[in-house]
Amino acid sequence: MQELSSLTQQAQSLAEQAEDLATLDRVRVEYLGKKGHITALLKNLGKLSAAERPAAGAEINRAKQRLQEHINCCREALEAAAISAKLAAETIDVTLSGRGEVQGNAHPISRTQQRITELFTNLGFAVEEGPEIEDDYHNFEALNIPAHHPARAMHDTFYIDSSTVLRTHTSPVQIRTLEKVAPPVRIICPGRVYRCDSDATHSPMFHQVEGLLVDQNVSFAHLKGCITQFITAFFETEVPVRFRPSYFPFTEPSAEVDIQCTACGGSGCRVCSSTGWLEILGCGMVHPNVFSACNIDSEIYSGFAFGIGVERLAMLRYGVNDLRLFFENDLRMLKQF
Amino acid sequence: MKFSNAWLQEWVNPGLMAQELADQLTMAGLEAVEVTAVAEDFTAVVVGEIVACETHPNADKLRLCKVAGHPQGEMQVICGAPNARTGIKVPFALVGAKLPGDFNIKKAKLRGVESLGMLCAQTELGLGEDSDGIWELPTDAPTGMDLREYLQLNDKTIEVELTPNRADCLSIAGIAREVGVLNRCAVALPEIAEVAPQLDESLPVSLLAEEACPRYVGRVIRGIDNSAQTPLWMQERLRRSGLRSIDAVVDVTNYVLLELGQPLHAFDFEKLSGGIKVRYAEAAEQLTLLDGKQVELQQGTLLIADEQKPLAIAGVMGGLDSAVTAATRDVFLEGAFFSPLAIAGKARSYGLHTDASHRYERGVDFRLQEKAIERATQLLLDIVGGKPGPVHIRQLNESMPAERRIYLRRQRVVEGLGVTIDDTEIVDIMTRLGLEKMDEDTAGWHFLVPSFRFDLSIEADLLEELARVHGYNRIPNESLSGAQAMPQQSEVQVSRELLEQTLRARGYQEAITFSFVDRTLARQFNPGVEPVALQNPISAELSVMRTSLMPGLIKALQYNLNRQQARVRLFETGLRFVTGDTLQQQDMIAGLIYGARQPESWGGSRDQVDFYDIKADVEALLTHFIAANEFNFSPVQSMQQYEALHPGQSAQILRNGELVGVLGALHPQLQKSLGLPHAPLLFELDRGTLGLARLPEFAPLSKFPEVRRDLALLVASHVTADSLIETAALVAGNYLSAVKIFDVYQGKSIDSDSKSVAIGLIFQHPSRTLNDEEINAAVEAVVAELEKKYNASLR
Repeated sequence: MQELSSLTQQAQSLAEQAEDLATLDRVRVEYLGKKGHITALLKNLGKLSAAERPAAGAEINRAKQRLQEHINCCREALEAAAISAKLAAETIDVTLSGRGEVQGNAHPISRTQQRITELFTNLGFAVEEGPEIEDDYHNFEALNIPAHHPARAMHDTFYIDSSTVLRTHTSPVQIRTLEKVAPPVRIICPGRVYRCDSDATHSPMFHQVEGLLVDQNVSFAHLKGCITQFITAFFETEVPVRFRPSYFPFTEPSAEVDIQCTACGGSGCRVCSSTGWLEILGCGMVHPNVFSACNIDSEIYSGFAFGIGVERLAMLRYGVNDLRLFFENDLRMLKQF
Repeated sequence: MKFSNAWLQEWVNPGLMAQELADQLTMAGLEAVEVTAVAEDFTAVVVGEIVACETHPNADKLRLCKVAGHPQGEMQVICGAPNARTGIKVPFALVGAKLPGDFNIKKAKLRGVESLGMLCAQTELGLGEDSDGIWELPTDAPTGMDLREYLQLNDKTIEVELTPNRADCLSIAGIAREVGVLNRCAVALPEIAEVAPQLDESLPVSLLAEEACPRYVGRVIRGIDNSAQTPLWMQERLRRSGLRSIDAVVDVTNYVLLELGQPLHAFDFEKLSGGIKVRYAEAAEQLTLLDGKQVELQQGTLLIADEQKPLAIAGVMGGLDSAVTAATRDVFLEGAFFSPLAIAGKARSYGLHTDASHRYERGVDFRLQEKAIERATQLLLDIVGGKPGPVHIRQLNESMPAERRIYLRRQRVVEGLGVTIDDTEIVDIMTRLGLEKMDEDTAGWHFLVPSFRFDLSIEADLLEELARVHGYNRIPNESLSGAQAMPQQSEVQVSRELLEQTLRARGYQEAITFSFVDRTLARQFNPGVEPVALQNPISAELSVMRTSLMPGLIKALQYNLNRQQARVRLFETGLRFVTGDTLQQQDMIAGLIYGARQPESWGGSRDQVDFYDIKADVEALLTHFIAANEFNFSPVQSMQQYEALHPGQSAQILRNGELVGVLGALHPQLQKSLGLPHAPLLFELDRGTLGLARLPEFAPLSKFPEVRRDLALLVASHVTADSLIETAALVAGNYLSAVKIFDVYQGKSIDSDSKSVAIGLIFQHPSRTLNDEEINAAVEAVVAELEKKYNASLR
């Protein structure tokens, strides 16, 4: 049995020295294989007496088992080392940028328009659109702005011919909708509008979102509630709001809505011309003449309308400091949204 | 409307600071845009009197004055003004005075002589434009009085920007009435007494345009001295309202205009031939206006004329020939009512805008004329003297504005405004606004509208007045209510948002470009279409409505290339405007790509984009329509069809044969003329003709294996991929499930006018495994047909 112990020791140390799985396996075959050195000891058991045989056999088997376990341990260690080595070799620089196309963005005006539209569609307003080359009737006449009305002078209209204009507001969509749909009506109409005016604070083309609600028993208090809710929802904070009497021929009463200046918090600054307030939309109760132009009985129905300036809201929301940036399409700007 | 707060306070004084008053007006709908001090800060300036004046001993141009006005007696002041002389009263800045611009007056020595103070010009006090010499004050100015007190300079001007409906507030009287309503306080009108005539002369007036001018009031005043100086208080009030002093007569008419809101005109009586005729202009009549401009009068312009000639454009501007001058001795004063419709737009059509036209267009009180004439007479006699004739009134009753009564129902106040206002408050507000309660019943009140409120004609107008005076911000906020039906939502409508999202995911940035473009560029992109032109464009580059979205995208590309952006991917949605039998406003989506195929990166390709890159983007858009077999791309039919695109690298996009869009590379010539280093690729789709998507319809999946056979074919290079695929599909039998072209090769070892095309044919049977014989037969049929039709041969 002297031999068993030295063979086992030999095999263990060889297994430990093996640097790869193949070498290790050769050690196993050499000692534990069918023709292995330790297996061979079992064959020599016959030379022993019957009394000695069982004990000797048991001892050899135990040694074999121990050796096998030892080799298994070595195998696991080698496998683990191999995986570690493979992982190390395959390590890449994860800080390099990803491959392929980059994501593009919506224009800040579209983004704002989309946000406004969504807030109102949640309240059951449906999106309507209308033509941008508009006839005089829908842009002015039906909105209670007859020819030579002084309010026309406020509009700086682009003319195509004497009876065709570029729409100066999204309000004609009110008329086009009321001509084809019977109340109750809740619509929101985003779109481009045009005024013949171009300087640092006026663009000849800009965007409005028109809203119209017509139903029974709609009051000025509903208009105030709806607009105030919208402003809070849009800015995601309770901004102070004020309603100021104003004049639009197609609403009566009419109001302009100011929010407290977001730049200075109302103390007065360049953005708000030191007034502490910023005008963001015009609104009012639909004028009975507008209803009658659309054959709606204003004794039964009432409603309100509003027109939101999209550029203004986008500038306030995102801190854009120059109106003209919106139409230059500078990628360095567009990629920020 | 700009006015002095001190002037207003003579009419109504609610005890508010100027800024408070301005805020109150703003919140009542008269937007106060500016509150400014009438004079800059200065101190220790008094009314001085030059009691002696002699030449400076050491300087010819300087004068040595003895000036009274200092509390401690006469002071010696050296003055360089040529008009310094004994006896005049002037602003005298004492030693220790602070003048505008941080200018301190100290004891000084000029050429060896002591000077104790300074005599001031208007500009040195920031009180006018006259810098020629020292300011000569009226001789009755009390010597020694503080100048600020004398001129009432501790005053503010308030400027309100009035909406077109509030013509009634274009006067001190109107603003005062409004302030009285808002503060529920009394308004004191200045006493306007009738001035007894001293002559019995009057001018006959014929009102020949009945509807346009139903009321005309005139008065002759003879023997005036128009060289008399307008009193300083009046000049100051005019100045504070932004008007310059002209001469006494004009100043008085302007003063009454500001005070009462009635435009008046004074004619030089001597220049008139016969009576006044208010009539429309006839063809080719000429008139030289007060501003010196000669105009040819448009037919239909309302005129004030005499027996022989036009005198003035009614309600807009007087003529030069009949205008008063310093030499005028006799005047004819006119105060008329012109219907707003007769005046509206007239001034603008002559390129004019005057204080009179501004008021007449919006509506002038039709009962105000004689009061204004009396007021002007009173003021004129005080300043220029003269003897007035009687006030002569011509009125055509049947053409006068109708009396308006409005029934205001209590219930409508609650329903319309969402707030309950006490009956007494309602009647009080209406009364203060000048409405007269004529009648009352259980439901409401009948009010008579005053002649100065042209904007009140229906119940809603009174609701606004109530809400405005009660305060918009005192009306509660109420949430919307009402039943909501679930909206109809079509699933086959491909939304703009979905298309935009697709492009954004493919690296496109959204652009918004102007809808108006340069005509030349528009014509290049759409030579067959005459663009819609604007009558009054901002500039030539923005003069026609776009017939395609492509020019705008090209402009945006150039803008970015000029800013070192080498890779540009942009899209835009919006209308284009195409003329034809009728104008069409088509809803388009267009895109442009330029530069490297992939964003610059450590692992990206540096290849430039080509046709197939943008085609993939378009195909991605079309995928949303779930109708792949209905769309196809066909080569453009002629070289001229799309002048802006490369004829060999552009295609029309058809759905079931109908044109829905176009895509391609920019034409090399255009690329060159635009100075672009590479050709951008563009597409444009018409959302209208793209139509609806198909509702997805599930096809059962086969459990049996698919079999693929690849063919390498040699064909002439002009044979299109589509034709090979279509032909193959036609003859490959029922179990062909897909055809793919997976390689195209032109070059070495192939004829220059041929190409090698590798086609993959994929077969699958829904319910069994296909056998070799079936597949071989199908493949042979394909090869035979392609050979027959396109002379294709296997490689």
